[in-house]
Amino acid sequence: MNAVWSYLVAFVVWPGLLLAAPLGWLELWFMRKLVARLQGRQGPPFFQPFFDFMKLLGKETVIPRGVNRGIFLALPVVSLASVTAALAIVPLPGNPAPSLPGDVVLLLYLMEVPILCEVLAGYVSRSIYGQVAAMREALLSLAYNLPFLVAIIAMAQEAGSFQMSALQAAPYGVVHLLAALTFLLALPARMKLNPFSIANAEHEIVADSHIEYSGPPLALFKLSHAVELVLLTELFAVVFIPATPWPLVNLLVYLAAGVAVLGGVTLLATATARLRLTQAFRFYWVWGGLASAVTLAATLVR
Amino acid sequence: MNLIERVIAISRRRSPWICRLNAGSCNGCDIEITPLLSPRYDAEQLGVELHGTPKHADIVLISGTLTLRSRQAILDIYAQVPNPKAVVALGSCPASGNVFAGSPLVLSESLDSIVPVDVWVPGCPPRPQAILDGVARAAKLLEEGATKSQLESRRGRLS
Repeated sequence: MNAVWSYLVAFVVWPGLLLAAPLGWLELWFMRKLVARLQGRQGPPFFQPFFDFMKLLGKETVIPRGVNRGIFLALPVVSLASVTAALAIVPLPGNPAPSLPGDVVLLLYLMEVPILCEVLAGYVSRSIYGQVAAMREALLSLAYNLPFLVAIIAMAQEAGSFQMSALQAAPYGVVHLLAALTFLLALPARMKLNPFSIANAEHEIVADSHIEYSGPPLALFKLSHAVELVLLTELFAVVFIPATPWPLVNLLVYLAAGVAVLGGVTLLATATARLRLTQAFRFYWVWGGLASAVTLAATLVR
Repeated sequence: MNLIERVIAISRRRSPWICRLNAGSCNGCDIEITPLLSPRYDAEQLGVELHGTPKHADIVLISGTLTLRSRQAILDIYAQVPNPKAVVALGSCPASGNVFAGSPLVLSESLDSIVPVDVWVPGCPPRPQAILDGVARAAKLLEEGATKSQLESRRGRLS
């Protein structure tokens, strides 16, 4: 099997769309069910995210007047494609794509594209709510990317390489622990969950930046968010959980770690209320900055 | 009907997203919608999500007596809901004007003459169970392709 085919398989089948989408729906359902149970409700049935997706696929797309049709429809596709490509780079067990030197940089770039798409979607829709959401998303990404990027870069410095497989195989040390905590600090904001759900504040600005989207493009945005959940949780597991020599055990451990991280983040989201943008910004630049400084210092001190 | 169409039809019943529109209501009906999402009635078991924007909605809940100023708003918001869609009228007011009938500020017509109504939920205000039942019936109509807007568009395609 040559390289092109293995990349295609990684993009389309595993860990790409075909298996990441059900996994993303599973994680979405788990979060919604957990929130419901914590609020004393029964919660949605198991197939709910799948039904939501299929229903949106069957709906009409309303495009607002004066909006560039091409950009409007391309943004969700670009978002989904980039997030899937990012997931295809993550060296999950059974991933057929060969590891490239410097693929961490590519991964970090691809992970920024969905955020960019959300911001553009808000601005392109000509809705005032969408524009406020886009502005909030853009500003917040400046804040939470500091701890997020530093966590990954510190691991690269620790491993001495910008290659995912090197990060995965790095000998376990104190930097892992510090970088994992820094990563977890950035996670709720990256997932747009509660204390930092400023960009998708449904009570203030109706919906997030896809307020004007409907039908299949909205379905693709929702799917892209689901795949992003998988990407973030599995990236955490791959980089920070020590690997065993058995791939199947690794896979189970990674999935369990992903669900555990998601559970913790959901617990935080249920227990907290939304912050203001300035508060979130200050939180990330003070505490995120402090955590980043400590993590970087730990990599350099050795 | 092939497999994908069948799955989409089932999904329409299993995932009705609602958007509510107050057309001049006294807030009595609207306040009965809130318990649907709370632990006692928990509409999320049926896949119901409350969305603020009509672009994401499948079912519009319209409450209240119809005033002169709300007529255009109803038409605008109904037009923004992507097909297929259903309309549920809450309470007695949209049907008859209830105690407000005859007032100079109120349209003396039923909601049905402005937008096609699929399910009427009677009561002043209707009980939350009745509203939930109305949403479930509208979702069932969406699955069968039997809402008035769906029938209308099918008739339009045939002729």
